[in-house]
Amino acid sequence: MSQIISLLLVIISVAGLAILLTRKSRSSRWIAFVGTLIALGLTVLIGSLLDAPSESMFSFLVDFLMLGGTYAILSLGLNVQWGYTGLFNIGVAGFFGVGAYVSTILVQDPINVVGAGNESITVHFFNLPFVVGLLGAMAASGIVAVVVGFATLRLRSDYLAIATIGVSEILRLIATNERGITIGNRGIENIPQPLHQCLVIPVGANPAPPCDLFGIKIPQFISLAHYDWFYFLIVLGFLLIAFLALERISRSPWGRALRAIREDEDAALALGKNTFRFKMQSLIVGAIIMGGAGSIVAHMVKFIDPSVFDPLQRTFLVWVMLIVGGTGNNKGAIFGAFLMWAIWSTTSRLNDILPPTLLTPLGKIDVASQLFGPIRIMAIVIALEVILLYRPRGLIAEEKHTSTKIDH
Amino acid sequence: MQLSVQNLVKDFGGLRAVDRCSLEVREGTITGLIGPNGAGKTTLFNLITGFYKSDSGRVIFEDTDVTGRPPYTLFRQGLCRTFQIPREFKEMTVLENLMLVPAGQCGERIFSPWLQPGRVKQEERELFDKTIATLEFVNLIHLKDEYARNLSGGQKKLLELARAMMADPTMILLDEPGAGVNPTLLKKLMGYIERLCADRGITFFLIEHDMDLVMALCNPVIVMSEGKKLMEGTPNEVRSDQRVLDAYLGGQYAAADR
Repeated sequence: MSQIISLLLVIISVAGLAILLTRKSRSSRWIAFVGTLIALGLTVLIGSLLDAPSESMFSFLVDFLMLGGTYAILSLGLNVQWGYTGLFNIGVAGFFGVGAYVSTILVQDPINVVGAGNESITVHFFNLPFVVGLLGAMAASGIVAVVVGFATLRLRSDYLAIATIGVSEILRLIATNERGITIGNRGIENIPQPLHQCLVIPVGANPAPPCDLFGIKIPQFISLAHYDWFYFLIVLGFLLIAFLALERISRSPWGRALRAIREDEDAALALGKNTFRFKMQSLIVGAIIMGGAGSIVAHMVKFIDPSVFDPLQRTFLVWVMLIVGGTGNNKGAIFGAFLMWAIWSTTSRLNDILPPTLLTPLGKIDVASQLFGPIRIMAIVIALEVILLYRPRGLIAEEKHTSTKIDH
Repeated sequence: MQLSVQNLVKDFGGLRAVDRCSLEVREGTITGLIGPNGAGKTTLFNLITGFYKSDSGRVIFEDTDVTGRPPYTLFRQGLCRTFQIPREFKEMTVLENLMLVPAGQCGERIFSPWLQPGRVKQEERELFDKTIATLEFVNLIHLKDEYARNLSGGQKKLLELARAMMADPTMILLDEPGAGVNPTLLKKLMGYIERLCADRGITFFLIEHDMDLVMALCNPVIVMSEGKKLMEGTPNEVRSDQRVLDAYLGGQYAAADR
């Protein structure tokens, strides 16, 4: 029951967002917004009347919004690089993973781990505040972009693709093998969350003292289950800031120059644009945003291992999101991310709906292990193909007057 | 001399496309560059504007040695070029195609749109007015909100000229402005070039195969053959020169003149 209601909530949220982003007139946007809120409220109400366990329903919704939000951030970052500038970056996971690891290393407390020969190794993490981790992650990802950019941006665009996927793999191998820095394949557990001690009411025999924030004692006031709502605000805030910042520059002459480079780099060069500088800036801006997403995910799931460099989830899926949503449109990038994440994450609910085994003429199929993975990828690919057939420029296509903001 | 090319050489593997070529373009002229296919005209343009690196020789523009400089720095000195096949920015409107052009826009620096939005907006407004004036000059104003890819071949040529105008250049290199343009539009285009030269003092240096255009518009005319300058003179001198006739013009024009 709760799963069906969660699904309903997600569908309503995505549909509402779609209407909100595609309507032009102010009044219809407000109607869409209020309508979505009412529909969400009703669903929750009916759900509680039907005695669905509300905690699990809410936690699914918050999880969906948080993870969807991080994908939206990644998709925005890729939109700067591919959507505006035409930089073929297929190493999104690399920039993301660097952000996740750097932030974790900066924020985590030092840990003793048991080495290969049973000796104890102290891994030096830096125990700094979350904000430092986030900024450090963004900076580190930007530095990786500078290195990749200097190596390849003067060459044809294909080389950037090769370099980014290569760098992403190299970074994964570093994370796997440099056990003294990253604890290798075992991964880093219990990554601290921002303001966790200050907000969450402590449980247990000896409760922690009130949080000391810049000398002011604040009693904790959030139950553990609701901490995710607070974290969701952080995700939303980052997403919003990234969106507004990108809207501002992508509609300015800077964004116009990027689009000219995407259309015809030689012509842009002939018209006096230092194309190398613009491509470099675009690559860095995109990478900084991706690094920020990495940091946010690391502190959200509280555990990272080298699989954060997984190209299927963090590169392929992000590309699909951007293409489906609308290349060259920041709203499209966000919408595509939530839509595809809805398909990706709700296919995991098929586990609850389908029987555990199916009898087919070809024999017995174990649904969870044999059917579920392929169905997921098929759903994504079919969605992508339908979009490419009927809306090749994405659901929310690039605006015609992107960079002429003066009224005329 | 506004532009002077000295002993320029460019090899493509074993092929010498430009062979110790020397020529000069005087300020305020419409100088034509003609020659048979493969004479090295477009290669010469690419060398002058920095798209190719020369193997030896020098390019001097307005008393500065600009040999080997990247294209965008030359553009900022006032040397602008168009392409043989129009290279419009397809998925951008005609308006954006032009507004892009002027160098040193404040809003092109990455932090300006965040830190000085007022100044960027002010500049954009001025730029918009200038763009409208330019579009009116080349008679494309009715297409300002159209995607550049939807323009006809001739309109794209006009768009390229308008783009060059937006830069307020002192010299424009045109690579076959008349190719694929219908006769009516061609007359207009010639009129625009003449007016820009007379009113704004822009020097034109153009490659063209349409002899009517060259003869009517250009003075002097430079003839290139096999990577070298063959001769230079007024249209009439060029038309009656035996070397030119042998190399390039063949029977048609020679017969008409006799």
